[in-house]
Amino acid sequence: MIRSHRTHTLWLAYILHRVSGLGLALFLPTHFYVLSLALTQPERLDGFLHFVEIPIVKVAEFGLVFLLAVHFFGGLRLMALEWLPWSANQKTLAAGAVAGAFLISTTFFLRAI
Amino acid sequence: MSSIPDMMDVSIWRGDGTFGQFESFKVPAQESQTILDVVAWVQQNQDPTLTYRYACRVGMCGSCAMMVNGVPRWTCRTHVKKVLVNNNLEVGPLRNLPVIKDLATDMDPFFDKWVAAEGVHHPTKTRDAPIEPILPTNAGRVEASSGIECINCSVCYAACDTVANNPDYLGPAALQRAWTVYNDSKDANKQAVLDAVSGVGGCHNCHSQGSCTVHCPNGLNPMNAIAGLKRVTAMSFFKNGK
Ligand code: SF4
Ligand code: SF4
Ligand code: FES
Repeated sequence: MIRSHRTHTLWLAYILHRVSGLGLALFLPTHFYVLSLALTQPERLDGFLHFVEIPIVKVAEFGLVFLLAVHFFGGLRLMALEWLPWSANQKTLAAGAVAGAFLISTTFFLRAI
Repeated sequence: MSSIPDMMDVSIWRGDGTFGQFESFKVPAQESQTILDVVAWVQQNQDPTLTYRYACRVGMCGSCAMMVNGVPRWTCRTHVKKVLVNNNLEVGPLRNLPVIKDLATDMDPFFDKWVAAEGVHHPTKTRDAPIEPILPTNAGRVEASSGIECINCSVCYAACDTVANNPDYLGPAALQRAWTVYNDSKDANKQAVLDAVSGVGGCHNCHSQGSCTVHCPNGLNPMNAIAGLKRVTAMSFFKNGK
């Protein structure tokens, strides 16, 4: 249960940023290990790449992309929050503009591929 | 309108710094009742030994803050109808401060940190100098003014998880005060402020969770003030190496 003094957007943004960071930190060593297989044991890498074709692993990949996106935007949000001496309204407008631009550009990008 | 008022279930923290538990009371609900009214009613009608603190009753002195259903609030200006959940209220002493007895906390650590954050005026002139006019629209003045309505209630301090995890952390109110002093063009020792807020318990501990800003009853934004301190201390570090 999230304690009552924490139930607000800023805290949720904070915890999402932390948890996604932890998730990525846990993923990275595995990522490097698998990459290193290409050099050390190419056969095992092939085996692993077959495993990656399984649908559930595909779904997990979406999770990873999600973590990355959340962490990336979380970082941008924090830098804007702390480093830009803007008013709260300006920040909300800027965040809205970035999110909107992101939405539109990814839609076009997904259509293109 | 003389009907017997409905009763509310109120749990109030009883105890001292070392031991305590919640005690239940039945309190009659009334029109326009505040949390402070509820606590006062219990003390006057059920248990005269209940200890709590207040003074102004109008949101000016900052002495009546308590945890209400887990959220720090100024109790004299919190209406019961705004926070009542299933006819229940839970009132406890402010978080992050030592409890003296029942609902009264020892606020010394909170005030000591105001001093430690160098939230004091460093004069530029003597008392005989003419008063220097300052434009209210001047950028520094606007920043300084944004924090001056602080009533030292410690609500932000109780809301802050960084304070909970790091006893040395100066906390939102003290740092906001330092930011006000820093932006005051009549202050002569800005470096003292920067030194005070960039140490072990300083502004860089803040995770920008914003609980201080969300809960400040006066609508102030300590998180923003702390971000300001983070900028100026970082700038000073890159420019002057300290
Ligand atoms: S923004 Fe900083 S000072 Fe405010 S509650 Fe969060 S950690 Fe504490
Ligand atoms: S900043 Fe707000 S919550 Fe914190 S002590 Fe001042 S008035 Fe109270
Ligand atoms: S009693 Fe003074 S602020 Fe509540």
